Amino acid sequence: MSDLYHVSSSPHVRAKDTTSRIMLYVIIALLPASLFGIYNFGIRALLVIVATISSCLISEILYNMIVHKKQTIDDLSAVVTGLLLALNLPVTLPLWEAAIGGAFAIIFVKCLFGGLGQNFMNPALGARCFLLIAFAADMTNFVTDTYTGATPLAAMRNGEAVNTMDMLIGRTGGTIGETSAIAILIGAIFMILMGVIDLKIPASYIISFVVFMVLFGGHGLDGNFITAQLCGGGLMLGAFFMATDYVTSPITPRGQIIFGICCGILTGLFRTFGANAEGVSFAIILSNLLVPMIEKLTIPRAFGQVKAAKKEEGGK
Amino acid sequence: MGSKTFKGGVHPYEGKELAKDQPITEVLPKGDLVYPLSQHIGAPATPIVAVGDKVQKGQKIAEAGGFVSSPVYASASGTVKAIEPRRVAVGDMVNSIVVENDGAFTEVSYTVCDDVTALSKEEIIEKVKEAGVVGMGGAGFPTHVKLSPKEPEKIEYIIANCAECEPYLTADYRRMLENPEELVSGMKIILQLFDHAQGVLAIEDNKPDCIEKLTELVKDEPRISVCALQTKYPQGGERQLIYAVTKRAINSKMLPADAGCIVDNVETIIAVHNAVKLGKPVTNRVATITGDAIENPGNFLYSIGTSYTELVEAAGGFKEQPEKIISGGPMMGFAMFGLDIPTTKTSSSLLCLTKDEVSAMEPTACINCGRCVEVCPELLVPSRLSKFADRGLGETFEKWNGLECIECGSCSFICPARKQLAQSIKTMKKQVLAAKRKK
Repeated sequence: MSDLYHVSSSPHVRAKDTTSRIMLYVIIALLPASLFGIYNFGIRALLVIVATISSCLISEILYNMIVHKKQTIDDLSAVVTGLLLALNLPVTLPLWEAAIGGAFAIIFVKCLFGGLGQNFMNPALGARCFLLIAFAADMTNFVTDTYTGATPLAAMRNGEAVNTMDMLIGRTGGTIGETSAIAILIGAIFMILMGVIDLKIPASYIISFVVFMVLFGGHGLDGNFITAQLCGGGLMLGAFFMATDYVTSPITPRGQIIFGICCGILTGLFRTFGANAEGVSFAIILSNLLVPMIEKLTIPRAFGQVKAAKKEEGGK
Repeated sequence: MGSKTFKGGVHPYEGKELAKDQPITEVLPKGDLVYPLSQHIGAPATPIVAVGDKVQKGQKIAEAGGFVSSPVYASASGTVKAIEPRRVAVGDMVNSIVVENDGAFTEVSYTVCDDVTALSKEEIIEKVKEAGVVGMGGAGFPTHVKLSPKEPEKIEYIIANCAECEPYLTADYRRMLENPEELVSGMKIILQLFDHAQGVLAIEDNKPDCIEKLTELVKDEPRISVCALQTKYPQGGERQLIYAVTKRAINSKMLPADAGCIVDNVETIIAVHNAVKLGKPVTNRVATITGDAIENPGNFLYSIGTSYTELVEAAGGFKEQPEKIISGGPMMGFAMFGLDIPTTKTSSSLLCLTKDEVSAMEPTACINCGRCVEVCPELLVPSRLSKFADRGLGETFEKWNGLECIECGSCSFICPARKQLAQSIKTMKKQVLAAKRKK
C-alpha cells in the first residue's frame, strides 16, 4: 500500500500569511515609534525595550517548560507584547521593574488563561496598569534630561499652553513610544496596507473620542485642544496598536465599531473627569472586558437572511 | 462598468495557465468502465442489465430510481462483467455496473431533433430527464428537477455558471472557446421552458476571450446576455453567483427559484443541448487533468466511467510522483487515496500536486484575527463556529448561523493559524442536520 496518496479535508491550498508573519508585520510597524523613542529619549529607551522583550520571552519559555507545553515563542507574540509594553513605559523606569512588567504580562495576563488567543485583556496594557499601581511614582516620572516639565496633557490640564507641532512630531515628554503621532501613524499605515488591521476600531475610537471631547471637554471646537488630546497620552498608540489587538477585540464587524466607541467614550470620560490626564490604557482594558458581551449582541446576519425576511413581508 | 461580485471571498493562486491553452482532446477508454449508480443527488439508479449482457455505447444500463434520480448510460460497448460496490472519488463504496470494454465502440443511433422550437415544454424536460443530465459542475442535482420549479412563470433569470472560480480548472473555459454555439443552443432550449426569463452567461473577468466570443455570439439573441464577474473565489457558488448577477440574496432555506433564478453550469447546458437537439444521452464530458505532477496538463473529452488512471496516462503520466491527488479543484475537491477510481458525470478535474502543503500543517492557536469573517461569502464567523463545533455545541452553532455555510473553504484557506475551520464546520453541519432529520 505504499502508493497511497495523502488525503485531507478540502481546501488543499492555503494563503501565505501565518500568525508569526502577522506578528512580524506588527513589529515592523512599531519600529518607527520605537526608533523615534530611542532618538528622543536616548539609549536608555533601548535598554527598557530590551529588558521587557527579554523578560517576556524568558517568562514564556519558563512557563511552557514548567507546565510541559509546547514552546510557542516562535509565533513572535511575546516580542510584540514586550515591545508594546516598553513603548508604554517611561524611559526612567528601573529596568528590573520593566522586567517584572514583562513577566506579569506573559504569565498572569496571557499564559495562565491558556496562552495566545485566550487572554481577555491586552497583556501589555494589563502589565502597564499593574506597574502603575505597583510602582506609581516610577511609572509617572516623566522627567528626563531633555524634558523637565510634565507631559503635554498634564501641562494642558494645569492651564499651560502646549505646542501641537512638537506633539505631532513627538518632541515632548511621555512614555517611550507614545510621543510621536507621526511615527505611530507611519506604522499604522503600514499595518493597514499589509492587511493586518482595518480602520473599524481605530476610526470609531478616534471619532467617538473627538465627539466626546467636543461635547464634554470644556473647550468646544478648539482645534488646538483637540489635536493635543489626539496626539497626547498614548491615544494614537492605543487606537492603532492596542485596541486593535485581535485577541482582545471583538471578531464581529459591528462589534468592532461598538468596541471602538466604548474605548473612545471611556478615554474621554477618564481624561475629562478622572484624576489624571491620560486614561487610554484603562479605557482599553475595561473595553476588553466588554468584548464577550459585545460579540454576543452583534452576531452577524448571514448572507440572504435580511432579504429573505423582507421578501416574505413583501409577498404577503 | 466594473465586474459584478459578492462580499467576501479569497484570491487563491489560479494555476490555470497550466492547462488553459490546451485544446480539448478526446480520450477513448482502453480498460473496463465502471458506472456508479449514484452519480447524482437523489435515489440511486436501478440496473436494467445483468452480468453477461452485451451493451452498446449510448445504451441505457440503469433506470432512474425515482423523480429525483437520473438514468445511467454505457459510454463504450462491451459486456457487463459485474454489478458490485466500487470505491468512488468521495471515498464511499457505491454499487456500480462494471463493463468490460470490447474496444469496438459500437454505438446506438440517436434521433436528431430538426426543429427544437417545435418541442413542447414537457417534451424538452422529458428528453433532459431521459438523457441522464445532472448538474455537472459537481453537485450532480438532476437537471430535469431543477428545470421543473413549482412556478415556472416566476423564473426571471437562467444563469449559466461560467465562472469556473476553482483554481486550476479550465474545462469550462475550453468549452466556452471551442463549443460556444452548443452552450448558446443549450441556453436557448432552457429559455424555451421559461417564458419570462432572460439568459445570462456569467463569466469571471479572467476569461476576457470567452466574454468577447460569447458577447459576439449572442448579440442578435434578445433574450441572452453576457455578464462579466470579478475574478474571486467562490464566485461560482450558486448563492454568490445569483447575488452578483441579480443582487438577490438567498439563504440555505431557499432555492434559486425563490429568487426567480435557475443556475446551471457550462457542461450541464451543453449536455442539455446534446440531449434535446442531438438526442444523445450523457456519456462523456470534459475534464481538466492538471497539477505540477502531470507531464502534459490538458483538457480531455473522456467517456464517463473511465478510470482516473487512464486519464493521467492520456495527460502523459506523472513527471514527478504526486503527494496528493484531488478529484475536483483545490478549494472544494476530494483528495483520493489512489487513482483507480471511476470518473462520473460530475468529475470535472483531476489535480495532481507534488507537494501536499496542507496535511503536514500544525494548527496553532486562533488569535481572533477575523480574517475568516472577512472572507466568508456567507458573512458568518467561522472561527467561532469551528469552536462551537469542536465543543459539540449544536444549538449555539445554529444560533451563529452555522447551517448557512456553503463549505467553500475560504476560511481555512485564509486562516493564519492554519486551523481546519471548514472541516470542523462541515462535520458539525452534518451532525446538526442529521439530528434535525431524526426529530
